[in-house]
Amino acid sequence: MNPFGYDRATNAPEAVSMAGAAGARYLGGGTNLVDLMRETVERSDRLVDVSGLSANIREDEDGGLFIAAAARNTAVAEDQRVRTRYPVLSRAILAGASAQIRNMATTGGNLLQRTRCAYFYDNEGSRCNKRNPGEGCDALGGFNRYHAILGASDQCVATHPSDMAVALAALDAVVHLRGPAGERSVKLADLHRLPGDRPDLDTVLSPGDLITGVGLPPLPDGARSAYRKVRDRSSYAFALVSVAAVLSVKDGRVDEVRLALGGVAHKPWRAGKAEAALRGGPATSEAFARAMDTELAEARPLSGNAFKIDLARRTAVAVLENLAGNRT
Amino acid sequence: MQFTINDRPVEAACDLRTSLLDLLRDHLGLTGTKKGCNQGACGACTVLVDGERINSCLALAVQYQGRSITTIEGIGDIGALAPLQHAFIDHDGFQCGYCTPGQICSAVGMVAELRRGLPSHVTPDLGAASPAWTREELQERMSGNLCRCGAHNGILDAIEAACLEDAR
Repeated sequence: MNPFGYDRATNAPEAVSMAGAAGARYLGGGTNLVDLMRETVERSDRLVDVSGLSANIREDEDGGLFIAAAARNTAVAEDQRVRTRYPVLSRAILAGASAQIRNMATTGGNLLQRTRCAYFYDNEGSRCNKRNPGEGCDALGGFNRYHAILGASDQCVATHPSDMAVALAALDAVVHLRGPAGERSVKLADLHRLPGDRPDLDTVLSPGDLITGVGLPPLPDGARSAYRKVRDRSSYAFALVSVAAVLSVKDGRVDEVRLALGGVAHKPWRAGKAEAALRGGPATSEAFARAMDTELAEARPLSGNAFKIDLARRTAVAVLENLAGNRT
Repeated sequence: MQFTINDRPVEAACDLRTSLLDLLRDHLGLTGTKKGCNQGACGACTVLVDGERINSCLALAVQYQGRSITTIEGIGDIGALAPLQHAFIDHDGFQCGYCTPGQICSAVGMVAELRRGLPSHVTPDLGAASPAWTREELQERMSGNLCRCGAHNGILDAIEAACLEDAR
């Protein structure tokens, strides 16, 4: 680990001013950043500790909830309002990492965690365009069981590892930011980028931008939500595929649907084509399957992950069937 | 840097890069806490901070100044074992013993989480005030602690016995 300077901020404006325009790295729970610094994948010479900033979860003016960025994953999953009104979010968080890590990890840090692609981590012996742009990608012809089937490029096939972010994408969450130029917000679904020819950039944030919180708008009337994660072992593993869904059915027809997929792309994948195909149509298993076929028509599997196409389709159909009450 | 460790005030000077784990072991001689993977995958380094279990290998010591840290040395000692430690002996909850301090600290944190009603991935009803103390719940909640000897069944037996004792 390289030597670094350390400052502990007590509020967001102070944190942004401590970070400066050059953009120190913000330190939340450290569960990913400290690990990456130890592996010398991250080499920050200045850390601004934001783990002591607001961890409040409060009612929003519009009837939703606002989760401050330093709220720990455990605290969010445990919050009674989240459990009652946004079960998809509690479920997604509880499906991620281990109890110890959820106790440490912050909401802001969870969103900014980096891919667990083994070639990205292997600073000593592997090529990675995300780590060293232009160097090449050893995942393309390597062990790519965990990698992307949607939205990847010939530069990078990494996936975003967060479960929480997949639920937030389906909830139409809004990410609140403070940067050197002031405050702004961005939809969660627009926070992360597809790799294109700049896989080194995970998000649309600029240096010095700090996530201050996440807003959850109220769910549509009568909507139910759920999260399902498929992984290689039953606990403490990253997703092969995960599905977050919000569904409201009226008179047998889909009134509102929001669907996001995890483990399949460089970002939480909002399945907009499937949603459009479903809205207003019958809430049947056949319609769910057809909608997923539409969404996955553009999937491009790698040597080791073609199974994900069928797995994503079947998992999404099962989640929607459960939410629609078509099966238990 | 100042900490409260096992109820005693402690002052330490160390490089900013020092993890809480290395502070405990290398600077303070508290070698009960173990370094397994050093990347948050195995749980051998689990300690309690203000009663909550964390991986001390992923924690920079500097972030935990002023906090109250409990290690295995603060849970019991050879002359006065905690009930959970007795249960590990009674139920063959270890073979080589390397993961044991982390397993025990983790279990202490887990019992507190169960008591206050924190749901887990396998809790059927998120709305339930208190999750059932089932084997499946304990197994899921302890998944952040690996045992390479394969003593997991004994570990769960020990925790189950101690937890049931606790719940009575």
